[in-house]
Amino acid sequence: MKKYTYTEKKDTRSGFGAGLLEAGKKNPEVVALCADLIGSLKMDAFIKEFPERFFQIGIAEANMIGIAAGLTIGGKIPFTGTFANFSTGRVYDQIRQSVAYSDKNVKICASHAGLTLGEDGATHQILEDIGLMKMLPGMTVINTCDYNQTKAATIAIAEHEGPVYLRFGRPVIPVFTDPDQKFEIGKAWMVNEGTDVTIIATGHMVWKAIEAGEKLAELGIDAEIINIHTIKPLDEEAVLKSVKKTGCVVTCEEHNKYGGLGESVARLLSTELPTPQEFVAVNDSFGESGTPDQLMTKYGLDSVNIIEAAQKVMKRAGK
Amino acid sequence: MKHTINELEDIASQVRRDIVRMVHACQSGHPGGSLGCADFMTALYFEIMNHDTDFKMDGKGEDLFFLSNGHISPVFYSVLARSGYFDVAELATFRKLNSRLQGHPTTHEGLPGIRIASGSLGQGMSVAIGAAQAKKLNKDHSIVFALLGDGELQEGQNWEAIMYAPHNKVDNLIASIDYNGQQIDGPTEKILSLENLQNKFEAFGWHVINSDGNDMDAIVKALHYAKSLTGKGKPILNLMSTQMGYGVDFMVGSHKWHGVAPNDEQLANALGQLTSTLKDY
Repeated sequence: MKKYTYTEKKDTRSGFGAGLLEAGKKNPEVVALCADLIGSLKMDAFIKEFPERFFQIGIAEANMIGIAAGLTIGGKIPFTGTFANFSTGRVYDQIRQSVAYSDKNVKICASHAGLTLGEDGATHQILEDIGLMKMLPGMTVINTCDYNQTKAATIAIAEHEGPVYLRFGRPVIPVFTDPDQKFEIGKAWMVNEGTDVTIIATGHMVWKAIEAGEKLAELGIDAEIINIHTIKPLDEEAVLKSVKKTGCVVTCEEHNKYGGLGESVARLLSTELPTPQEFVAVNDSFGESGTPDQLMTKYGLDSVNIIEAAQKVMKRAGK
Repeated sequence: MKHTINELEDIASQVRRDIVRMVHACQSGHPGGSLGCADFMTALYFEIMNHDTDFKMDGKGEDLFFLSNGHISPVFYSVLARSGYFDVAELATFRKLNSRLQGHPTTHEGLPGIRIASGSLGQGMSVAIGAAQAKKLNKDHSIVFALLGDGELQEGQNWEAIMYAPHNKVDNLIASIDYNGQQIDGPTEKILSLENLQNKFEAFGWHVINSDGNDMDAIVKALHYAKSLTGKGKPILNLMSTQMGYGVDFMVGSHKWHGVAPNDEQLANALGQLTSTLKDY
């Protein structure tokens, strides 16, 4: 197992804030919109540097999406910022008609996704957003795993023509990816090469997959770990190549098991290479109040759950 | 004046013929609101707006128009074709398979003149505001126009946008309300009353003007006046009284023709009331 270490923990949303500032410096057409959550989205640095390119919308997310769509017509590249719940479910029809169907170059940037939002509880903890967004034709869906990857992804989506949903989170977590990485949309990252089982993880679950991989190695299981940061378009080649080798797969995501990364992988494998698969995901449930760690444990999203799933799927595959 | 009032009225008559013929040909669509807005849309595209029929999505240096109540697509398509965005013959494909003239307007099929999809109501004002703010960032002094239905104002997103525009001094925006008092299920008064729209918009900080949207001379004057009010710190609202179905006597003033197509006999009757001035497509 390749060794991953970290010297600090940071939130992915701060990676977004840093990436937004850099994207703004690189391209004068980049503008930002926020629905009364500047601090939560870490947009302060961008606003300080480019006050005339920032639009405070107020608590009116539908209007924010519409204004963003309108701004693209004049050549702007708008980044909207609010919590994941208010970025998707609340404004689904606005995104569907004014952004996706209208082919508008809007970057919908969503913080506080999933259970790790914590104490605010289920009203704010969306676990359905990946599904909602990936169903929209033409929408690119990205869920990043640490500060550095989020920063790199934010810069990369500014250079990509077309609507993007960028999902990140609230808690501080290990920073373990390369600070100078080039983020390639739609290209999986091989975290660890292995032969016994494929573990595919996205977002906050990537670090947990690495922890699980270390424990599995102690048990004599050589896990291949792949980070799928771009859920749509899915890097099908990377998934198929790995699964051909290992013959079994575990998918890990901080999302409902319905509609997420796991289902995208299952759809691919069912037609191309039917393979035993286990899902580490929320079991069709809303979340609740609690600390991020407590919630990840209660809802089955810990490294121990990945280990159990890996052992189970290997058994099913006759290994 | 690019055209005399008589010339504009003649164009509007042809636009009305196009509307009833398009809706009749596919036996679906929304003739009522389309007929009611034919004068306004003709005035906008043939007299008021500075626009280029060699279509570019970014519309830099041009006035832009956004149709929020997308179901009145027949009038939009007719005016776009008649002003030269695409061949009028294409109007015959309205609502048919593989057409660029979808039931509700879309950018998705690449029809020149359309900059946003609309149909799901309540979204156009926000989009128009965004386009207007992009113009300000681009130091582009042209104007953004929008048209909304009155029933459409029941959608909450409009009021988010109506609150936002004055606060942010979006004063290069002229929004018009198709104030015909009708919606699918009946008069707006009965369905969900709009109460005093002038007071509501003024309370939110808009400069409100009133106009008669079925009097060509009046609507041209109102829109020129609205243009003179731009750049003064407030968005402008043109509260435009119209009659649904205007121009066809058996359709006028009733919600019953909101979304119903005429049969052969009704088409002949309607066309008998509308002079062909620019040749039918």
